[in-house]
Amino acid sequence: MFESKSGILLLAGLGFFLLAFVSNAVVPILMFRDLPEQSVEELVDPTVNKNVMAELRDLQQRYPESFAQYVGEATEENCAELLERGRDIYVGEGCWHCHSQFVRPVSNESKRWGPVAEPIEYQNELQRPVMFGTRRVGPDLSREGGRRGSDWHVAHFWDPQLTSPGSIMPAYKWFLDEPESGPPTPNAKGLAIVLYVQWLGSWLEFPISPYYENVEGVLGKAAAR
Amino acid sequence: MTEALPAAAPNEARLLVNRPIVLAYFVAALTFFAVSMIGGLLMALQLVGWNPHDGIELLSPGRWRMIHTNAIAYGFIANVFLGALHWAIPRLTMHRVASVQLSWFIYGAWQIVVLATAGGILFGQAQGLEWGETPVWIDPLAQAGLLLVAINFSVPIIKMKGPLYVTLWYFLAAFVWTFLTYAMGNFVPEYLVSGASGGAIAGLFIHDLVGLFVTPLGWGLMYYFVPIMLKRPIWSHGLSLVGFWGLAFFYPLNGIHHFLYAPIPMFLQYGAIIATIAVEFVVTTVIINFFGTIWGSSSILKRHLPLRWFYVGMVFYFITCAQCALQVTQTFQKLIHFTDWVVGHAHLVMFGVFGFWLFGIMTYLFPRLLGREWASRKLLEWHFWLSAGGMFVMFIDLTLAGILQGWSWSMLSPWLESIRISQPFWIVRLFMGLAIIAGFVCFLVNLKMTWSAARGDARQGEPKPVPA
Repeated sequence: MFESKSGILLLAGLGFFLLAFVSNAVVPILMFRDLPEQSVEELVDPTVNKNVMAELRDLQQRYPESFAQYVGEATEENCAELLERGRDIYVGEGCWHCHSQFVRPVSNESKRWGPVAEPIEYQNELQRPVMFGTRRVGPDLSREGGRRGSDWHVAHFWDPQLTSPGSIMPAYKWFLDEPESGPPTPNAKGLAIVLYVQWLGSWLEFPISPYYENVEGVLGKAAAR
Repeated sequence: MTEALPAAAPNEARLLVNRPIVLAYFVAALTFFAVSMIGGLLMALQLVGWNPHDGIELLSPGRWRMIHTNAIAYGFIANVFLGALHWAIPRLTMHRVASVQLSWFIYGAWQIVVLATAGGILFGQAQGLEWGETPVWIDPLAQAGLLLVAINFSVPIIKMKGPLYVTLWYFLAAFVWTFLTYAMGNFVPEYLVSGASGGAIAGLFIHDLVGLFVTPLGWGLMYYFVPIMLKRPIWSHGLSLVGFWGLAFFYPLNGIHHFLYAPIPMFLQYGAIIATIAVEFVVTTVIINFFGTIWGSSSILKRHLPLRWFYVGMVFYFITCAQCALQVTQTFQKLIHFTDWVVGHAHLVMFGVFGFWLFGIMTYLFPRLLGREWASRKLLEWHFWLSAGGMFVMFIDLTLAGILQGWSWSMLSPWLESIRISQPFWIVRLFMGLAIIAGFVCFLVNLKMTWSAARGDARQGEPKPVPA
């Protein structure tokens, strides 16, 4: 059996693969079967999460012309569509190769970013495939929503060094339009990605005041270079 | 032990190999290797702040980072594998592949798949899964291609009578696994399963792609080439059996170790940790088997370059696996997950091990394909030493960087502090990458010289045969 074609094809090839698939994939799927996947429409529903629509209206007020041109009205439908497009950009630009989306229960991460990640947070359409990430060159983003204003994010995408001196994040100038006069404004991509970043963690009901925004207070002046 | 080796009929076996297709695969592989190096270089420049093209959409390091990994996996490694399989399988089974026309069709289709993947990523259509970034519309084509590959190579193996040699166990299983793994990774987490359980499947996919596609084909080729080059059988058939079946059983169970401390049920994470440590014991038996094979004549490594690539790759393999048994524990994960430690590990596996083996195979086969010995022995040595030196220093460098990044994060330093302390390490990494690229250029120049000389021979009508 151990050197025969059928043994190798059926036992090693199919059998062991399926054993692993059942034990490592089907088991978690069954364990989470009572946490149904939320659609994007449900995610932006103000009765579930009032923050997303608030961020959308905030974008509308800050960038009325771009918003009218690329999004239209600040409706829930447009919000869902924009959020989904934001996720696609996050994926397509490879943001997730340098930013993670889960806070671990170790290494002081909950002090830096907020509550440890829970399974329910990932049971939605925008986490298909899940954006856990593999490397942190930049910080975790799963608690980023609402922490900074959208104009901060717009400036940061234009030139990360403007808002974060010493940052090595690439500039994403194609997220913005350059008008003949005045500062660059976010285009369709810019509005979408900013809304997506503002959505991350916006479902949590607590004021986020992590240590890393306030290092001086925690570690003394020397640490806050 | 080696009764299946067609030792008695090398000349007949030579006729079964379609040399042009092996050559074509190798040329495609080297092209994509070059593309991948550009991607790596761009990202390395970005990290140290020396990227001259910051802010240009089509040169975005984020996109080129995905081209870097995909071009290596699907463009370089897969192409060399397909070429080498076209060499090894007919010679081992004494049967041709199912159809040479099919081989050429697969060749064309595969290059389209890789090019389209690169193009899709370049224009921002990547999907959100490591090594599964292949845009949606290419996945079915790639899946069909893998099925054809499996058929084309399985036919000669199935036709063969008598016991199968070790190499063919690995190959046969790898054809099934690769097909299933690609299907699992490219369809399930994208369309069917979201969230943490999708993450578990993503972990399985990343891991199986290394463990069930690259590893079995790589070891299968080692079991084929090493005894031929050393002119002696593999040391222990029993250990070969342990190695294959141990890998087949434990490797697929490892996937979730990519997301330890993630919101995936803890008992599954523990299971993956234990299975990973078990794999390292299996790996040790394989390493012992290969070092038992060369025992007593290791001085051959001084002059035999392909064997040197192979055995240095095996030493690196043992290092990565020993490292893996440690880093998979939660103690290490606390510190090193998400850091450059993992990046160093990944480079050592994909380049230091499999890249080395594949360059060794190409170093061995190009003279046999072109009918001419390498033009420059010196350039071959430069290729080896620049690659080996660059890789080893890069590995040490990134491992240290990872530890320091982990400490910086856990002590709650401001985030940019971890970027600042990484700079010296990233600069070293950049130059080690340049060393690897320089070695690759040596190889290309040498190949060009050899090829031109072979053409000159052909024009003068005096081919110089190289022993098969």
